[in-house]
Amino acid sequence: MGAAEPPDEWVAALGGDGAGREQAVARLHEALVRVARSELNRRHGQLNVSGPELDDLAHQAAADAMVAIMARLDQFRGESRFTTWAYRFVMFEVSAKIGRHFWRRPPIALSAEDWDRLPDRFGFDPAGESERRDFVRAVRRAVEEDLTDHQRRIFVTLVLDGVPLDALAEKLGTSRNAIYKVMFDARRKLRASLVANGYLNDEPVRRP
Amino acid sequence: MSGWSAWARFLQTDPSDVGCGGAMEVMHVYAELAVGSEQTAAERYPGVATHLRICDPCAEDLAGLMTLIRANGHGPGQI
Repeated sequence: MGAAEPPDEWVAALGGDGAGREQAVARLHEALVRVARSELNRRHGQLNVSGPELDDLAHQAAADAMVAIMARLDQFRGESRFTTWAYRFVMFEVSAKIGRHFWRRPPIALSAEDWDRLPDRFGFDPAGESERRDFVRAVRRAVEEDLTDHQRRIFVTLVLDGVPLDALAEKLGTSRNAIYKVMFDARRKLRASLVANGYLNDEPVRRP
Repeated sequence: MSGWSAWARFLQTDPSDVGCGGAMEVMHVYAELAVGSEQTAAERYPGVATHLRICDPCAEDLAGLMTLIRANGHGPGQI
């Protein structure tokens, strides 16, 4: 079966039995490995591995994606090509593998909680010492007074330390979505606090 | 844009944001639509489009999926 065949044929073959199923599983697995390898190459800058190590990661991502696909086969509704639906699981697994890989060589000391990094992350003028100091003081106060301990830890790790979201999810054994929701609530609280204290206007900011 | 304005932008949340879970659930459909027209995809799934503007990991997954779709030469409507 090739990727150009109707999606229900994939679902029927993968959900069936006998030699037809085995053949479909083998062909899909082969495609998933190829896709994982290609995606890992595309994201080489985030990973910095190559050769056998990259190939090993590609096989791991493909194998985990295959498990996810087979477990959710009955959820495929034909809204896209079957292969697009299936390949997204490879994307998720590649992201998870890159997140795990981050901890092999974390680029920074994570326990320092260096607030002086914060202005640079948001493009403050390096020469504007007074403005940088006011900014750090206001944000630090809002973080310490208005966030829960959990929100504070997530904020510090993602924003001050610059740890990628998937790496933090991997470290905490949770999902990308769960971390995102914590940060969503933290952002909302920080904004309200800084507006209440006169540091920000209570007006929506237009996104580009 | 820099400094306080960048910070204000970072803090801004949108209630229509579907979160990572919502974006991941329809990413395959969104990706095929976006290969044809990013505007069409955003109009059909505005909450996903909102999410993708702020969430780098989900945007990266979408970019990978769109790259694959383009490389394989199939867009929406083709089987």
